[in-house]
Amino acid sequence: MTPEKLDTLATRIAQRLPEFTTERLTDALILHVPADRLLATMTILRDDPELDFTQMIDLAGVHYPERNPPFDVVYQLLSVHKNHRLRVKTGLGEGEAIPSVTGIWSCADWYERETYDLMGILFSGHPDLRRILNDYDFDGHPLRKDFPVVGRYEMRYDEAVGRLVREPVALEIADREPYRRAL
Amino acid sequence: MKDTETEFINYTVNFGPQHPAAHGVLRLLLELDGEVVVRADPHIGFLHRGTEKLLEHKTYLQGLPYFDRLDYMSMIAEEHSWVLAVERLLGITAPERAQYIRVIFSELTRILNHLLFLAAHGLDVGAMTMFIYCFRERERIMDIYEAASGARMHAAYFRPGGVARDLPDGLEQKIRDFTDDFPSKIDEYETLLTNNRIWKQRLVNIGVVSAKEALDLGFVGPMLRGSGIAWDLRKAEPYDAYDRVEFDIPIGKNGDSYDRYLVRVEELRQSNHIIRQCLDQMRPGPIKTEWFKNSIPYRKEMQEGMESLIVHFKQFSEGYEVPPGEIYVATESPKGELGVYIISHGKNKPYRVKIRAAGFNHLQAMKSMLIGHMLADVTTLVGSIDIVFGEIDR
Repeated sequence: MTPEKLDTLATRIAQRLPEFTTERLTDALILHVPADRLLATMTILRDDPELDFTQMIDLAGVHYPERNPPFDVVYQLLSVHKNHRLRVKTGLGEGEAIPSVTGIWSCADWYERETYDLMGILFSGHPDLRRILNDYDFDGHPLRKDFPVVGRYEMRYDEAVGRLVREPVALEIADREPYRRAL
Repeated sequence: MKDTETEFINYTVNFGPQHPAAHGVLRLLLELDGEVVVRADPHIGFLHRGTEKLLEHKTYLQGLPYFDRLDYMSMIAEEHSWVLAVERLLGITAPERAQYIRVIFSELTRILNHLLFLAAHGLDVGAMTMFIYCFRERERIMDIYEAASGARMHAAYFRPGGVARDLPDGLEQKIRDFTDDFPSKIDEYETLLTNNRIWKQRLVNIGVVSAKEALDLGFVGPMLRGSGIAWDLRKAEPYDAYDRVEFDIPIGKNGDSYDRYLVRVEELRQSNHIIRQCLDQMRPGPIKTEWFKNSIPYRKEMQEGMESLIVHFKQFSEGYEVPPGEIYVATESPKGELGVYIISHGKNKPYRVKIRAAGFNHLQAMKSMLIGHMLADVTTLVGSIDIVFGEIDR
């Protein structure tokens, strides 16, 4: 976004939503909104003709284990008619729920499911909050910083029992003896 | 109520995950009333590889090839978002020739993707010939890919700060020959489809999405343009050489499958036009920034100078550090807005990466788009939204 566009947007936000802090980056504007004021603010952002954020383009959860609160929910908003963007950030504690914006933008549905699935963030008022990308009976939330990249369990087909079994990940090489003998 | 009546009320059909018309691994639970869909519930995630998690554990350079594997039908266009995001975090820009090369390859990729859309969409509706015709031209673009990058599909050709290597001798002429030829091929596709009675019967007034609904559902790219909103990131937020070329944004009128088809066919022509202009404007010059803290030193210098060798070794072992900050960069990939949101904490690896894929929104819109349509229209609609599961499941 050009600096002039950012200026216009920042002025309008300051007029319309003076109670929230904004952060100006070189090419973006961030609005920090507490979770309890989220729905009202988002509705203003969508319906105000000068702001006109008719599209919620993206929703991301970010985990900061050392910080309090440990989670950020980041919304990327876009106005196709005004050609400007806004980033809305909401801090969130462990186990707290953030109000769902599915009533404002219906595309938020899957984004919130995804954030719940991968990050473990709860969305109150979501019509159908269940896992989306991971397996139906997956354990844990993989995008959290304390989740190992290799995962916690591995699955294999066990000939003896005749079904899939789930075991803790074991990364050591099982039996080197045949290779040694070959050498 | 008699028992016989209760037997015939809604039943559920499981479409996929292994189905030739599912365009990958889509599992669609359809609740049917007779042959009419009353509820649709897409299940995704069968191709989930945890790209976002993996990117947190890779350097910025190692992260690049993962983008080819997101939307594996428009490979290079996905890399574009990543390299632009990293460049903007680093505060560097690619030299002019690299910008033109990137635009040429992004547009070739758009042709590649839209040809697959035409091929597969045609096949879904029963036009077998389309598949053969489109793959004929796809093969030529694959050859261009191979000549430039060494790989037919997963090119990994772009780099933060430029491209991997310059175009080999004669490739510019080869691309030019392709662009000379291609408009006549588009005419060929159009003779087969545009006024075809069966094609129109299957597409017109199927999956109508109004402009207001399209915004609410988060549509981008050809899907949004098909609903009559002239929104194209190449015009709205020009990146690389897009502000130096002329092209039109085609838009639809009714927002049905047929309009989306027409929009994509016109985009083929516009892409061809853009490539031509880039070839005309392009001049010889460097193809990557010569600030070798962030770009790979030239091979010749590496063989002779120690400094370059050290830099090269460091780049491929620990990578370079990117200043702390966050950035959201979106480019117009063939399927729509592909956004990359990077949070950097000043290390050699990103702290968090979020990839915003166009197909994710388009597929979730199926829940509302399918309702009231016949079972036979399900495959047409899946074809019309042009989805690839690599980017949806990430």
